[in-house]
Amino acid sequence: MSKKLGRSTIQMENAPVIRASAAVVGKKEGEGPLKEEFDLINNDTSFNQETWEKAESEMVREAVQTALQKASITSNDVEFIFGGDLLNQCIGSTYGLRDFRIPFVGMYGACSTMAESLAMASIFVDNHLANNAVAVTSSHFCSAERQFRFPLEYGGQRPPTAQWTATASGAAIVGTEEVSGINVYVRSVCMGTIEDLGITDANNMGAAMAPAAASTIKTFLEDSKTKPSDYDLILSGDLGQVGRDLLLELLLKENISISQQHNDCGLLLYDLESQDVHAGGSGCGCSASVLCSHILRRMRAGELNEVLFMATGALMSPTSVQQGESIPGIAHLVHLSTRKGGI
Amino acid sequence: MKVSKQEYSEMTKQASHNTKSYFTIPMAFLIGGLICVLGQALIFLYQYWGMSSEKAASFASITLVLLSALATGFGIYDKLAKHAGAGTLVPITGFANAVVSPALEFKSEGLILGLGAKLFTIAGPVIVYGVAASVLYGLIYFFFL
Repeated sequence: MSKKLGRSTIQMENAPVIRASAAVVGKKEGEGPLKEEFDLINNDTSFNQETWEKAESEMVREAVQTALQKASITSNDVEFIFGGDLLNQCIGSTYGLRDFRIPFVGMYGACSTMAESLAMASIFVDNHLANNAVAVTSSHFCSAERQFRFPLEYGGQRPPTAQWTATASGAAIVGTEEVSGINVYVRSVCMGTIEDLGITDANNMGAAMAPAAASTIKTFLEDSKTKPSDYDLILSGDLGQVGRDLLLELLLKENISISQQHNDCGLLLYDLESQDVHAGGSGCGCSASVLCSHILRRMRAGELNEVLFMATGALMSPTSVQQGESIPGIAHLVHLSTRKGGI
Repeated sequence: MKVSKQEYSEMTKQASHNTKSYFTIPMAFLIGGLICVLGQALIFLYQYWGMSSEKAASFASITLVLLSALATGFGIYDKLAKHAGAGTLVPITGFANAVVSPALEFKSEGLILGLGAKLFTIAGPVIVYGVAASVLYGLIYFFFL
């Protein structure tokens, strides 16, 4: 059975394995620095669908389908699927997953949903409630824009702190059965608390989420009695340039330095300058697609051994922002390792 | 976290880069100015074709609205606006863009609840407060002038 460590960390007993993963992305992401790593790139971002919402669902379906194929299993072999997205009532996931007929647990943690889903899938597998569980999330630039901001063709300007919602989906299959070669194990997970340091600017999500990220890292290091240098990579979800700087600064005030180990999926997914994404990428699909392609591949290739994957989310809605509420953030962390035990 | 909200607000200000106004303001002036030059050229053209100056001004506005709607539909206007900012927002072309872009965006929810209901989501406040201000001005004019 999984074991509780300290305040918020859950340590896996049997270290579930990430059996396979898949990442499906849109055109812009497919032109970015990670273009060689994705399983599927759709070149018109509509995924041959009539609406952007359907396009997002199709992306989710393709990500899960591809991950199942890569693990050589079918949907019947999967006991639970944990997934979520940014759309109202999580329709990106529900419509994309309805044909799989897999018991579905809908998740919402804004852009932190991939870490949240991966954590839940791992806990279920570790406690013998499932042999295989899937974690999947998605975001689509066009469906997110119309829900949270402006119509696509509206001539507005974005401030330098704004981030670009990734058109991407990532799916990971967590299971008990090891695969050939180097395995990636889920060793522990840390569920974050809701942190709010009073940011009200919806165009500065990185700043809104950085306190939650700092809090989760600090808590995890205390709970697990480890230090940043024990890890090869501490990967945040979508803090972007502004959030990254603030995270490092916040942690320094707690005497924790992660500048050597830290990177951010929102900074990895795009070339910030040439792709005009301002402070970086964001969205549930941003961290999911970077993890499920680039990061897991590097781990399987032996380039990275100890990785802290921490997706960050801004827990606001357009209504709360219009009402002048500050933006709370959350960050969940998953410790991935190529070793089954020890650190 | 040891940081207070005030401290964090300061830290955020430090970390967040501002818009490069030495670049954006001249761009807004240039592109916005060019739209106005185009409008003036249209007025001259319509006058040359024999219209009165009042009618020529109205037709110039109509032409600019048409051009803006077309540019929005072809996906050009937002790209121009990215560089122009207020230069494309303030002229009448910006208003046309604010009406046409939701029309395109929300037609997927149907002609009534999508296009019809959301047509003025952006331009609506301008109309509401524009009309309210003109009524107020009308009353002032009627009673005091």
